Amino acid sequence: MTTQTVLAAAGEVSGGEEVTFWVLAPLALIGAIGMVWARNAVHSALWLVLTMLCLGVFYVLQAGPFIGMVQIIVYTGAIMMLFLFVLMLVGRDASDSLIETLRGQRIAAVVLGLGFAGLIGTGLHRALGGTAGVGLEQANAEGNVQGIARLLFTKYVFAFELTSALLITAAVGAMVLAHIERRREDRMDQVATMKARFRPGNYPGPKPGPGVFATSSSVATPARLPDGRLSERSTPAILPVRELTAEETSPKGTDR
Amino acid sequence: MTVLLAQDPTLADFGRDPWWLVLGKILFAFVFGLLATLLGVWFERRVVGYMQVRPGPNQVGPFGLLQTLADGLKMAFKEDILPRAADKVVYFFAPVISVVCAVTALSVIPFGPMVSIFGHRTPLQVTDVPVAVLVLLACSSLAVYGVVLGGWASGSTYPLLGGLRSSAQMISYEVAMGLSIVAVFMTAGTMSTSGIVAAQASGTKLSLGGVEVPAPGWYAILLLPSFIIFFIAIVGETNRAPFDLPEAESELVAGFMTEYSSLKFALFMLSEYVAMVTMSAVTTTLFLGGWRAPAPITTVWAGANSGWWPMLWFFGKVLILVFVFVWLRGTLPRLRYDQFMRLGWKVLLPINLTWILILAGLRSIEDWQSRDRLLATAIGAGVLLLATILWPSRQPKPKPTLQEQVDNRPPGSFPLPPLDLQVPPSPRTKRVVAEREPANIAAGSDSREV
Repeated sequence: MTTQTVLAAAGEVSGGEEVTFWVLAPLALIGAIGMVWARNAVHSALWLVLTMLCLGVFYVLQAGPFIGMVQIIVYTGAIMMLFLFVLMLVGRDASDSLIETLRGQRIAAVVLGLGFAGLIGTGLHRALGGTAGVGLEQANAEGNVQGIARLLFTKYVFAFELTSALLITAAVGAMVLAHIERRREDRMDQVATMKARFRPGNYPGPKPGPGVFATSSSVATPARLPDGRLSERSTPAILPVRELTAEETSPKGTDR
Repeated sequence: MTVLLAQDPTLADFGRDPWWLVLGKILFAFVFGLLATLLGVWFERRVVGYMQVRPGPNQVGPFGLLQTLADGLKMAFKEDILPRAADKVVYFFAPVISVVCAVTALSVIPFGPMVSIFGHRTPLQVTDVPVAVLVLLACSSLAVYGVVLGGWASGSTYPLLGGLRSSAQMISYEVAMGLSIVAVFMTAGTMSTSGIVAAQASGTKLSLGGVEVPAPGWYAILLLPSFIIFFIAIVGETNRAPFDLPEAESELVAGFMTEYSSLKFALFMLSEYVAMVTMSAVTTTLFLGGWRAPAPITTVWAGANSGWWPMLWFFGKVLILVFVFVWLRGTLPRLRYDQFMRLGWKVLLPINLTWILILAGLRSIEDWQSRDRLLATAIGAGVLLLATILWPSRQPKPKPTLQEQVDNRPPGSFPLPPLDLQVPPSPRTKRVVAEREPANIAAGSDSREV
C-alpha cells in the first residue's frame, strides 16, 4: 500500500497530511456555515458541495481512498446534483422569508448549537485524545478496495442486499407514482380533434403573437385584436401581470 | 520479457519524486491538455473540411495550424458581457470548474513506463492511486457542475433549460460509462491505471476444451461489448456529435453557454476539447493497452516498450481515437433527445448489465475442472437460448392495406379521390420541343473548384 496507509496505521501524522488537514478543515467549516447562512437556496447547496468535497479528501487522507472517491462521485456528483435540479426548477428567487415567528429563536439556536458543538468536541477529544488507531493495517492488508469488498460480500452481504432492494423499491415506486400512461381510448383521432377545434366558442386560428399592434415590443404586452380589444391569450400565462408606468407608456419620440 | 516487465511502474513507484519533477510532470500534463486543444480544434476543422470536400482553415500559419491560436487571441479581446440577471460569482466559477475537472483527469493517465529523468527513475505519470479510475469518474461527475451552474447563473431561461438538458445527458451516460469499466476492473483485478496497463501486457491463456488458446491482451478485444458501450458513452459524456444536444447549433443557439462571451466562453470550449482528449486517453489506457506498442511491433522490435518510445504509441492511439470522434461528427446526424435517452437507458444499460453477469459467471467457473466448466457454460448458453426463443415478443401487426385504411376511416372524414384516379394530361403541356444540338460542355478545370 502507499506510504500514507502505513503512516496512518502507525498512528503518525505526516507533514503533508497535517497541511492538507489545516487547509481543508477551515474550508469544510466555512462551507457548513455558508450553507446555513446563504439566503439563496442554490448557493446553500453549493456551500454544501464544498463541505462534501473536503470530507472526501479527508477520507482519502485517513487511508480510505475508496470511500473518499465514492463520497465525491455519489454525494457531490449525483445526490447534490439532484438537489440542484430541484432548486433550480423551483426558481432563483425562492428564498426564505426573514420574519421571525418565534421571538428570540435565533439567539437560542446559536447558543444551543455552540453548546452542542462544544459538548461533542470535548467529549470526543477526551474519549479519543490519546488513542492510536488500531487494525488499520490489517484492514488494508490486501488493499483498501479489496478489504471493503471482502467485508461487503461476506459479513455484511445480507445488509448490503437488503439496502439495494430498498433502494430499487424506492426507485421503482417513484417511477410508478410519477409515470402517467395515457389510455388508448383517451387519445383523440384527427376527426375528433378537428371537431373540437371548430366547436363554437373555440377560436380555430393561431393565437396572436404578443406585442402585435402594441406600443411596446415586450412579450408581456398583449396583442390587439382587429376590433381593438386586448387579447389576453397572446401573453404567456407564466408572465407576471405588470402595470406600465406613465413614462413607459408615453411615446418614446423615436418616430421623429 | 522480464526486462520489459521491469519497466512497468507499480504503485510503490509513485510518491518518491523530488518536488521539481512533480511540478514538471504536472506542467507537462497541463501543457499537453492546452496543446491538444489548440491542435485538436485545427485537426477537427481540417478533417471535417476534407470530409466535406472543402479546404478548412488554411490561411494562418502553415496549413492553417495557427488558426486556433488566432481565434483564441481574438476571443480574449472581445467584450466580456455579464448579464444583469446573472449570479456573478457562480457565473465566473462555472467555466473554471469545467476546465479544472477536464485537466485534473489527465493527472492519473499513464503516458509511459519508467524512464530516467536527470538520473531519477520515475514513471511517466503524474500520480497513481489504488482508485485512479474512480478519480477519473469523480472528475467527470464534477464536470457536470460546470454545465449546470453555467446554465443557472446566466439568469436566463434558455441557458437554464439547456443546462438541465445537458446535465441530464451527462449523468445518464455516466451510468453506462461506469458500468462498462466494471468489466475492466473484474478482469484486471485493480483500479489503478498503471496496473490496468500492466494487466494488458500479455494475453491470458484461455483453455477451450483442453486446447490452450492465447487470448489477446487488449481489453478492447477481450471485453468488446464493454469497449463499444464505453466509447458510445464517452461520446455522450463529452457532448460530442452525434450526441451534441447541449449546444445543438441549429436548434438551441448554444444551450447552457448562450450568455457566455469572451474568455469565459473560451474556457468552455477549452474544457470540451480537453475532455475529448482526456477521454480518448482514458479509453487508450483502459482498453487499448495504454502506452504499449501494438502487437506486431513488439515481435520484431523488443525495445518498443521501453524508454521514451511508448509515448509515441500512446499519442498515436489517442490521435486515432480523436480522429474517430471527428469522423463521427462528420458522418452522423444528431439524435433527437428522446432517442438519445432511450439509447442510454434502454439499450446500453441492459446490455451492459447482462454482459457483466455473463462475465462474472465465466470468471467464477474459471477454477473448475474443464468438464464441469463446459457443462456449466452449456447450461447457461442453453437457458439463454431458450429465453431468447420463448421470450413473449409482441407480434408486429400486419400493416393494413390502403383499401382497409380507407374503409376504416371514421365517419365525417375528409373526402378522398378514388384510389385508381387517372389524372389526364393537361392540354397545356402539349408543346413543341425545339430540336437543337445537344450541349457538349467539356468538364473544365473549374468543375473541381468547390
